[in-house]
Amino acid sequence: MNFKLKDIGPQLITVIAVVLVFGFFTYNAQVNMENRGIDFGYGFLSQESSFDVQFSLIEYDGSHSYFRAYLVGLLNTILVSVIGIILATILGVIVGIARLSPNYLINKFAAFYVEFFRNIPLLLQIFFWYFAALRALPLPQDAEPMFGISFLTIKGLFVPAFIWQNFNIFFYSIIAAIIAIIVIRIQAKKLQETQGKQTPVLFISIGLILILPLLSFLIGGVRLSFEIPVLKQLATTSFIYEGGVSLPPELIALALSLSLYTATFIAECVRAGIQGVGKGQKEAAASIGLTPNQVLKLVVMPQALRIIIPPTTNQYLNLTKNSSLAAAIAYPDLVLVFAGTALMQTGKAIEIVSITMFTYLSLSISISLLMNWYNKKIAITEK
Amino acid sequence: MNYLLTNKQTIGRNMFKYLKQLTSLVAMVAVLFTFTTESMAAKKSKTLKNTQKKGFVRCGVSQGLPGFSNADAAGNWTGVDVDVCRAVAAAVLGDANKVKFTPLSAKERFTALTSGEIDILSRNTTWTLSRDADIGLTFVGVNFYDGQGFMVRKSSGITSTSQFKNGISACTNIGTTTELNMRDFFNSRGISYEPVAFEKADEVVAAYDAGRCDTYTTDKSGLAAQRTKMKNPDEHIVLPETISKEPLGPVVRQGDSVWEDIVRWSLNTMIEAEEYGITSANADSMKTSDNPQIKRLVGAEGEMGAAFGLDNEWNLRIIKQVGNYGESYKRNIADTGILPDRGPNELWTKGGILYVPPSR
Repeated sequence: MNFKLKDIGPQLITVIAVVLVFGFFTYNAQVNMENRGIDFGYGFLSQESSFDVQFSLIEYDGSHSYFRAYLVGLLNTILVSVIGIILATILGVIVGIARLSPNYLINKFAAFYVEFFRNIPLLLQIFFWYFAALRALPLPQDAEPMFGISFLTIKGLFVPAFIWQNFNIFFYSIIAAIIAIIVIRIQAKKLQETQGKQTPVLFISIGLILILPLLSFLIGGVRLSFEIPVLKQLATTSFIYEGGVSLPPELIALALSLSLYTATFIAECVRAGIQGVGKGQKEAAASIGLTPNQVLKLVVMPQALRIIIPPTTNQYLNLTKNSSLAAAIAYPDLVLVFAGTALMQTGKAIEIVSITMFTYLSLSISISLLMNWYNKKIAITEK
Repeated sequence: MNYLLTNKQTIGRNMFKYLKQLTSLVAMVAVLFTFTTESMAAKKSKTLKNTQKKGFVRCGVSQGLPGFSNADAAGNWTGVDVDVCRAVAAAVLGDANKVKFTPLSAKERFTALTSGEIDILSRNTTWTLSRDADIGLTFVGVNFYDGQGFMVRKSSGITSTSQFKNGISACTNIGTTTELNMRDFFNSRGISYEPVAFEKADEVVAAYDAGRCDTYTTDKSGLAAQRTKMKNPDEHIVLPETISKEPLGPVVRQGDSVWEDIVRWSLNTMIEAEEYGITSANADSMKTSDNPQIKRLVGAEGEMGAAFGLDNEWNLRIIKQVGNYGESYKRNIADTGILPDRGPNELWTKGGILYVPPSR
């Protein structure tokens, strides 16, 4: 035994203290629950939930179990987070680069956007987009069709549904195109490293991703038709669109406000990353004859990404956790469905809140691990 | 290891049993030697003791439901639910104003009560089996008989729920019996619907008012009260059908039977006072009544407060400071134009279903 007490002493005391504190709270909760006649247990998860949810990615109604309701909420949380992260990243990168633009108007407009949206509490923004949108959007019967097939109304966005024939052939053609693109990219890189030849990879890729699926239509027997939403009268002044796919206004408002808010922070990360690359790097790249686009793509961005990724990870985590504000505007996320309705109907506060906390923790850790892996991948590898 | 644990637990439980027996023995001896049972009841009820020590009743109410519990601009709470808490304050503290109101959402209410943050939950809460039996709560009575209904826009031309069609969207609150009744209602009729559930009532009203939903569903009293908050109340009607039973009443934590009795009989006193024509104005003069039942209700006969650890005039104070049930209803619900007709909330002697056990 090489351990010395002074080495492990502090750790030991910390561990004991943590265990004692947790033990105290657990014991306290147990005693209180017993005194008040509350049972503890997770058996309720298999019981029938008997409440419906507005919007669900999997088949669900009140005859399913509470566990199914939990999955519905979880998937809705993931859905709005993924949409939010994608939109926020696109917008954030554009605004971040725009803030560095020499064009006065673009530059100031981007700066104004960032300062405005990041300084207003998110909950207010969610309320604003939801209720402002609700009041601004037309009733279903007054909605002007967009491109003749979609309708944006107070009851949501109604878009045509795709009806496929031989969808699997179409799917395989896309997979084939992606594989071909990867192979060509590797070849092109090899060609450049060995012979210095440049291949127009982008044009070839675009061509492949268009032509292969097109071939599947022409010779593969793939057919696509649309089911266009049709207006249906419910009562004298009340209408709804039937058929097609409907996106509830709650989802649209939430995704919009989350991405507009988070994009401001991502824009700042992007700006910091680009400015963090030394001026000499750009000048050196320009002096060997690279075009401005190549300078950005080959010299600046690879170095900037190393600075951008870690703080952007934080923003992704924030966005995911902020999505729990959904409850305020009736978007059925995990908090509304599970920690809201299900909690109320069962009264299992400790069980449900602990499951919800653990779920958010798992979500955050997954995002974190994914981003750490990506960060490691783009880090400079010493040769 | 497991064996050891269980063994320890049984030892602990046994010790607990002995202790319990010992305390009950001590209590019995104490009863033999004590003639004033007043301190005993106070000792038995931790909630009563704490309330008297703090000097105010901790009462959970809604976040704003006109007629039931609603705060004005100055922060004064009024409503029939509020009056139940005021009655308890008048009974145990002698002053109906010594109440601390905590506004709670439907989702928060039971946790606030079971965790001990409030001592009475008087927040238009429906009495159901599962709530009474499962969650560590005890319902003490009914102060408003209600039922779930639907509100629609007049211009829609809908006059009955039988005109509802597939695809109708319904705004409501989460965490209430409403969500469950709604499902039962639409399912049994085979109508597909879109439930849009918000956490707060204000957002439900705003979304329905903006046109997000075709109908707004909750307890009929709630619909009548929320209608007054709309931009243009006359454009909306409440449909005649009632789809559920919603007996609303005050709730207390399980396990303090004396406190439970105090809240129950404070409510009963208000209802019985109306039955015998005792009002806040004539309560004092009723002390000399010939009717012993009336005299008991104003503390002039019998020892009606002793079992609760209260003095004899606890019920007189309720009637004088808060008024009887009819006065409370008139002041909060009828005169404000929410529900001028008392319907089932009329005394049993006048064709309603308000019927409480006698105070004797």
